[in-house]
Amino acid sequence: MADLSLKLCGLKLENPTILASGIMGTSRASMTYAIKNGAAAVTTKSISVEKRKGHPAPIIVTYAGGMLNSVGYSNPGIDNVADEFGDLQNAGAPVIGSLTGRDENDFAILAEKAAALDFEAIEIVLSCPHTPGYGTMAGLSTPEKTAAITQIVKQRCKKPLFVKLSPNVMGLVELAKAAEEAGADAITAVNTAGPGMIIDIKSRKPVLGGRIGGLSGDALRPIAVRCVYDIYEAVSIPIIGTGGIINGEHAAEMIMAGATALGIGSAVYYRGIDVFKKICLELEEFMESEGISSLAQMRGAAHEA
Amino acid sequence: MKHELPKMLKIERVIREAEGVHTLFLPYAGEVKAGQFVMLWVPGVDAKPAGISYHQDGCIGVTISAVGAWSKEVCGKKSGDLLGLLGPYGNSFELIGENVVLVGGGYGAATLMLLAEEACRRSLKTTLILGARSEAALLYRTRIKAMKLDAIFTTDDGSFGEKGFVTDILQRKLQSEKVDGVYVCGPEIMEKRCAEICLAAEVPSQISLERHMKCGFGVCGACCIDHSGRRVCVEGTIFSGADLLQTHEFGRYRRDSSATKQPFA
Repeated sequence: MADLSLKLCGLKLENPTILASGIMGTSRASMTYAIKNGAAAVTTKSISVEKRKGHPAPIIVTYAGGMLNSVGYSNPGIDNVADEFGDLQNAGAPVIGSLTGRDENDFAILAEKAAALDFEAIEIVLSCPHTPGYGTMAGLSTPEKTAAITQIVKQRCKKPLFVKLSPNVMGLVELAKAAEEAGADAITAVNTAGPGMIIDIKSRKPVLGGRIGGLSGDALRPIAVRCVYDIYEAVSIPIIGTGGIINGEHAAEMIMAGATALGIGSAVYYRGIDVFKKICLELEEFMESEGISSLAQMRGAAHEA
Repeated sequence: MKHELPKMLKIERVIREAEGVHTLFLPYAGEVKAGQFVMLWVPGVDAKPAGISYHQDGCIGVTISAVGAWSKEVCGKKSGDLLGLLGPYGNSFELIGENVVLVGGGYGAATLMLLAEEACRRSLKTTLILGARSEAALLYRTRIKAMKLDAIFTTDDGSFGEKGFVTDILQRKLQSEKVDGVYVCGPEIMEKRCAEICLAAEVPSQISLERHMKCGFGVCGACCIDHSGRRVCVEGTIFSGADLLQTHEFGRYRRDSSATKQPFA
């Protein structure tokens, strides 16, 4: 039997699949539901300083090539999540708290407050492509900002820190290096691509309530694989490969690019909430057919020796 | 890859059901199951779920009460105007046995109408208990009159039918005869009371649950219920009453668009 278990920055994972931020993740129950369905860890929907209602619907639209989302960071705000995320010991798997801010000050507040919550790790999002005032739209995807915010969060919260990066920048490798040097424990690569837009030609209006949305699913996968491949060459901290992983073969591909763990998001739409179990089963089958006994044996296999 | 963009459909006709309540008919050739919903998109405004209240002549009907920005926009639409449709989504009611009771409160009547028609088509002994604030707010009275079922109306103010609550009628009904299944849609406090009455009488109940929904197809997590995490838009909207009574939030609170808990009054 192939062994799918691993350790990620001290977190014990039964398999490499992690529920990516933004899919489900609204409440403790929405995450334990993913855990029951095979997710080895789960990430909350991103939490901001203030309460946010998010964008009007449709917030997710699917087309032949993938999915566009424009959730708009709906969340109750960091001061109101203790009730939801204060006691996660019995969640069944590690819960990663995703934090999103507009600037260094926001992230300082979020980090201090998240330190008191029950998250086993923190992920900071510097890379949302579609929400004004946040992520790439706030200019957070520069090496300087990445380093500064990583440091600020790391100083205030001692939990393992994952930095989620955008595929929509030149010099992604520089961002990953900046995060590593500033104290990041892992890189989550990548956030959604784009942003993109789909226009309904009868009403002549963009379909998404937020007009523009981050691209995920099939269309994102080759971009995500390339990003993970490049980052793996440049940093020594683990990478959570995220973007368009829908089946076990995609999972193997991402691991061969250099990923230690895998973020799973859009696949919940394509294959149901039990997609975590399905991907693990398929990955295991692939490993057995290839005579691979552990994930470490496969990790980064696509790179030249 | 599976995908679905909103279908922009020309409204075939609009009928007035009550003050501020309209049914819009949209062409739809596919299958519809009783209890399912659609997401209705008003371009540039919002998309929200709506129960399917009619399925006839190649159309589905959705009954909307004009209360907020989105519903006022929908209710302002005329025949020939365009409306975006996603779905139908969700599971459906399953009729069990020979003697069934449908209980609707307020706009909950909309979600029960296809089930009432199905029960009549199958020649089941069918009782429909509908309650509303007043006579003016009672929906589908003419339509129900044409159905082969026993209809009992209640109003809070006694302006039509019995003065009182549908739950009292349901309790009497379950005490007086053997009922095989109870089907409920209405305000959540009423739904919870119905579930309790059915559980005590050992009659299975199926309840349509309403939650804030954003995507409608199980991805956004807005409608996950505590503590099971089940998604109302995919594993629901119809749940067994006995199951719902086990859930933490049924009749207690729901989450708003920021996922903040809002208690029921």
